[in-house]
Amino acid sequence: MATLDSKIPSGPLADKWRKHKTEIKLVNPANKRKYHVVVVGAGLAGASAAASLADLGYQVTCVVFHDSPRRAHSIAAQGGINAAKNYQNDGDSVYRLFYDTIKGGDYRAREANVHRLAEVSVNIIDQCAALGVPFAREYGGLLANRSFGGAQVSRTFYARGQTGQQLLLGAYSSLSRCVGQNTVKLVTEHEMSDLVVVDGHAKGIITRDLKTGTLHRFAADAVIVATGGYGNVFNLSTYARGSNVTASWRAYKRGACFANPCYTQIHPTCIPVSGDYQSKLTLMSESLRNDGRIWVPKKKEDVKKAPASIPEADRDYFLERIYPSFGNLAPRDVSSRAAKRMCDEGRGVGETGLGVYLDFADAIQRYGKQAAARANLHDPTAEKILELGEAAVAERYGNLFDIYKEITDESAYKQPMRIYPAVHYTMGGLWVDYNLMSNVPGLFVLGEANFSDHGANRLGASALMQGLADGFFVIPYTIGDYLAGQKPGSRPSPEHAAFAAAEKNVADLITKLMSIKGKEPVAYYHKKLGKIMWDHCGMARTKEGLTKGIALIQELRAEFWRNVNVPGSAENMNQALEKACRVADYLELGELMCRDALTREESCGGHFREEYQHPDGECLRDDEKFAHVAAWEFQGEGKEPLRNTEPLNYETVKMSVRSYK
Amino acid sequence: MVATAHSAPSTTPISITLRVWRQAGPAQPGRFVEYPAKDLNPNMSFLEMLDVVNDGLEGKGEDPIAFAHDCREGICGTCSLVINGKPHGPHKGVASCQTYMRSFANGDVIVVEPFRAKPFPVIKDLVTDRSAFDAIQQAGGFVTVRAGSACDANAIPVPKDDADLAMDAAQCIGCGACVAACKNASAMLFVSAKVSHLGLLPQGQAERDSRVLNMVAKMDELGFGNCTNQYECSAACPKLISHDFIARMNRDYIGASFRQAFKPKSTSTAGGA
Repeated sequence: MATLDSKIPSGPLADKWRKHKTEIKLVNPANKRKYHVVVVGAGLAGASAAASLADLGYQVTCVVFHDSPRRAHSIAAQGGINAAKNYQNDGDSVYRLFYDTIKGGDYRAREANVHRLAEVSVNIIDQCAALGVPFAREYGGLLANRSFGGAQVSRTFYARGQTGQQLLLGAYSSLSRCVGQNTVKLVTEHEMSDLVVVDGHAKGIITRDLKTGTLHRFAADAVIVATGGYGNVFNLSTYARGSNVTASWRAYKRGACFANPCYTQIHPTCIPVSGDYQSKLTLMSESLRNDGRIWVPKKKEDVKKAPASIPEADRDYFLERIYPSFGNLAPRDVSSRAAKRMCDEGRGVGETGLGVYLDFADAIQRYGKQAAARANLHDPTAEKILELGEAAVAERYGNLFDIYKEITDESAYKQPMRIYPAVHYTMGGLWVDYNLMSNVPGLFVLGEANFSDHGANRLGASALMQGLADGFFVIPYTIGDYLAGQKPGSRPSPEHAAFAAAEKNVADLITKLMSIKGKEPVAYYHKKLGKIMWDHCGMARTKEGLTKGIALIQELRAEFWRNVNVPGSAENMNQALEKACRVADYLELGELMCRDALTREESCGGHFREEYQHPDGECLRDDEKFAHVAAWEFQGEGKEPLRNTEPLNYETVKMSVRSYK
Repeated sequence: MVATAHSAPSTTPISITLRVWRQAGPAQPGRFVEYPAKDLNPNMSFLEMLDVVNDGLEGKGEDPIAFAHDCREGICGTCSLVINGKPHGPHKGVASCQTYMRSFANGDVIVVEPFRAKPFPVIKDLVTDRSAFDAIQQAGGFVTVRAGSACDANAIPVPKDDADLAMDAAQCIGCGACVAACKNASAMLFVSAKVSHLGLLPQGQAERDSRVLNMVAKMDELGFGNCTNQYECSAACPKLISHDFIARMNRDYIGASFRQAFKPKSTSTAGGA
């Protein structure tokens, strides 16, 4: 049984991080250059960590599977990044950001981690502005903000609809500076295929060069995994096609506990599925809910009618109706489930009936009239108002409306968008302590790949915040606490038997996949798995469904290993083999997710068990039995994993029923 | 509200023939190979069409067509196809992944090639090595800021117009279409976008001269050609980045060259106590 010591510092919540920073061990500058840290992944968390550690003087190698670190999927985040700057003078504070995040996570995150996140959020904005991130500005030259779900203040900083891109390119620029100055060694197109554990400590990784197929060994004093989330287990999601769980999964199989794997975020505003050829779902940013109003027809017989022909009285603006105080900015899990309920009632729109409207007609009118007033136009014509209003909406969300048009061939200026929930983020991940170290000493996990800050549901604009917090402002302090206990120069050589064994493990897996030569392409299994996960471990889960899901996955996995066809050779670029390696891991992870969802007999955040709900359909938590982290421990192939628990002690916030009404 | 009919896009299937560049490795010769693609939903993306063709090949045990892709929403810059002679295909302002089959007619023959430029060697089929772009960024595409040393973000106001223009330049996704579209394989649109993004902001001023000098030197060293003002680059750019930034970079470069030549430099080598 794994030891899960969260190492949360004692003392009052607001002092914990400051106190911890003064008490943890330091590594002196002359010794820092003797330690080698391997960072896997170069998204917000990985790139910022690699650059920060190199600036401190550590030897750093950064390994990415992409052809460039700038491709990491952080780049696709649209809406923004939260920070408790209170530049808007609207009552924000570190405590409020902390509280909103804890409540948003349905009281299933660690208080101490979340408070630290809120504290360093302000430093992130400073750091990114200094790096030249072109945040949106007011006319006076100061930073602009907008609102996001689950908050009643405007604390979200943004760069048009491309905030993730601009922040990632900021982190990438720091990483590039270090690579150019030879303080970081960058290794691209290498996928981490195994973790090397020596005497119980993580001391290196095995990678596969995706261009040549060769396997490589990297020895290190510490390993950082920052490889993002695992939503692609659903096949269809807003993740990039290449996003994968392999690094985390191989670490799990080497002893790192996987925490709360069933906590997945289903984002309410995505473009609906249109056909079985589809490879991904596209997000329409949450920021649209600042101005868009979500509705379905009140009457089932209206669902196929043109939306403009349905009079106001026959529309159900269901988020505004059910959650009057947060309205269209209710949190993601709550909004997604509400949309699903409307569609389940037969009031969904679009060809499949799985869609709701996101309507900008009111916003266009409002902005149009404001713009006309500003321009001193008296009695403007309806056409003029429409023109000015559309221009104002285009300035705010133009790129999103363009994306919508490309995909659907429809103009959201002229008719409402159709949206439906889709898999977007995973709150679960490898278990880490307050120092972001897993239960395998020397293995640190940052960003979406860890589990610690978002509980059972993440609020919008908090993923970017967490990635950069972990990389720029947490790991530079906490990694020293571990390395100070490791003798400089003590890291094992890549010739150590543990490296040879791990390399053989990877080589055997690849040989096995290449030799099946069955009848079906990898995508066939990925699609089937995705369907099982969506049907049985998606937005609504039941004991019966999850039990069936586990059986179906086991069956599918056995068939995959009998009948998949991976053509070509393992000795050069082979994209079919890359996919096969990743899908093989998803076929195991999917089962663990179902198992986790099955044993968590309550509903919380993104985890909704139909058996556990309030009469109005909201989540019914069981704090008596489930106010804990479930951290699963691998017990060997074919054996049931062990469920460890870490209790969540709420010292400051009172756990209560989460209400947005 | 304007009453518009609820127009659903057409779903009548189309069939096309693909003529694709196949090349087993960097040192091997390449050639065009034809593949039929039948009964495609016109609302499928170009890359999803390639997925369908590849699933068919894989099921038969044949080597699938290698192509670079990741986010499939036009922001990561990984996808890099030349479709019917145009980098990123027929439409302006979109990446290959945002090209949909409704742009093609039943019976079309569609030619698909990799981005072609000497600094972007082919790795396999449609996948090229664009690490030269990273090397240019590493030469100067940054503002040096150690984590933890920044002042309050609002301590440095940035005029909105400057911030907006900087953002226009910063939108570059680093795909390389500008290079592929240019007869000289010039990277000047790419380099000028980064030089302008940081040069327009007060945060970028301290390293403004060294940045443009070092990035341009690296660009030349890697074998990218010069700009001869044809503007094919901005026409092919999925983010429609303006070639005006090239002029801005040239101005910065000349100024920086002069300043570097005539600037008095400190000769002190003294260290601290």
